[in-house]
Amino acid sequence: MGRTLIVDYDAGNLRSVQRACSEVGLDAVISADPAALAHADRVIFPGVGQAASAMATLHRSGQAEALQHAIAAGTPILGICLGLQISLTHSEEGDTPCLGLIDGRVRRFALDDPRLKVPHMGWNEVRVVRAHPVLAGIEAGDEFYFVHGYYPDPATREAVLAVSDYEREFCCALGVGNYVGVQFHTEKSGRVGLDLIARFAAWDGRFEAGGKS
Amino acid sequence: MLSKRLIACLDVRDGKLAKSVKFVDTKDIGDPVEKAREYYEDGLDELVFYDITASSDKRRIMLDFVEAVAAEVFIPLSVGGGVRTVADATDLRLAGAEKINVNSAAVQRPELISECAHAIGAQNVVLSMDILRVPVSDATPSGYEIVINGGRRRMGVDALAWAQRGEALGAGELVVNSIDADGTREGYELTLTRMISDAVRIPVIASGGAGKPAHLQQVLTEGHADAALVASMVHFGDYTCSGLKRYLHEQGVKMRMRW
Repeated sequence: MGRTLIVDYDAGNLRSVQRACSEVGLDAVISADPAALAHADRVIFPGVGQAASAMATLHRSGQAEALQHAIAAGTPILGICLGLQISLTHSEEGDTPCLGLIDGRVRRFALDDPRLKVPHMGWNEVRVVRAHPVLAGIEAGDEFYFVHGYYPDPATREAVLAVSDYEREFCCALGVGNYVGVQFHTEKSGRVGLDLIARFAAWDGRFEAGGKS
Repeated sequence: MLSKRLIACLDVRDGKLAKSVKFVDTKDIGDPVEKAREYYEDGLDELVFYDITASSDKRRIMLDFVEAVAAEVFIPLSVGGGVRTVADATDLRLAGAEKINVNSAAVQRPELISECAHAIGAQNVVLSMDILRVPVSDATPSGYEIVINGGRRRMGVDALAWAQRGEALGAGELVVNSIDADGTREGYELTLTRMISDAVRIPVIASGGAGKPAHLQQVLTEGHADAALVASMVHFGDYTCSGLKRYLHEQGVKMRMRW
């Protein structure tokens, strides 16, 4: 299966992700080493926290460059929550330029209903809109656990793999080439979340964005 | 849309599951790790552990216990009881808890909330409030007062004002625990829950008093709660997590029904 690396950049509880990997038989190491990241066989890029401080850490450590290397090398990468957000070009959170692994922006929820709370926190339905090997098996009514005030908005609609609803529809999973990202905490989403990690563990990193939904 | 959440609270004493009635007369009712796994597999949405004998020498027991549960249960875990410092919070996070509950120590030193919010993210800080119904007075205009130390000490702090202050200091969520209702099985304190839920923009977890499935339905609709916390209803085997969720779903409350 090769070496799976969980990117450690001081952004949240990475052991939750490691435990979930272990539960599905994926042996993953937590590492802050940019050289190990650049040459890993599979990368999980998780994170909770704030975009600007995360970006500062990634640049300072050399991990930003290592992630660019990994994506160019075709390494399968799974971004989770903040890890997904800072993979895009820009985040509205602190007006932060991000990694640009994927073309797109991160926007703050702007909701009309004052009773709706931000962050969007809890279990919500995930609706697959474009078939992808990592999302195969998610069925109507499957819910995942979310905690976020911002959501990804990729530049091309073809990149949107799944959506969820919070007053309006938003993208909660995207995929371009060897990169797949989920806004929800798949490691805390019970069986459906673990299944997603298991599929990522088996994915070869290939995806045709123009494929039929 | 978001689903409402069913949360089970496990009061843990020396690594064993305990259940109190009105915060006194605790008794042991089983192995908490086993219970946690059972509830997780039966569709529970979130777990809360409360260390009811929190003291410095027992800390390690709780951390080991959280680690053991986090290795088996893949839903959000929330831990509280005796969190007095940011170090307490980060230790519990490293052990595997997503969310940290602060209670008594935050009433005595409110900056604890902002310090924790800064260290682990506001969304992971839960302000747990033990609340007693009192006569309306200048100090307690809402008619509800905050008590601490497991319900033993009244603080002269108004519950509604404290909820709003907690939100302003960076709490990501509130637990509204009614001392009057706790352990009675006569239903949640609907007036209190709704009053606080309507006054803040963060999620509110209703706690204390659940005895019948209809109580959950009431607090999640009339009570404006985002989540309902149960303990004895499920611990003693009278109800199951999946059964409660099915009931709520049939009553038209949006719940996560596949797991």
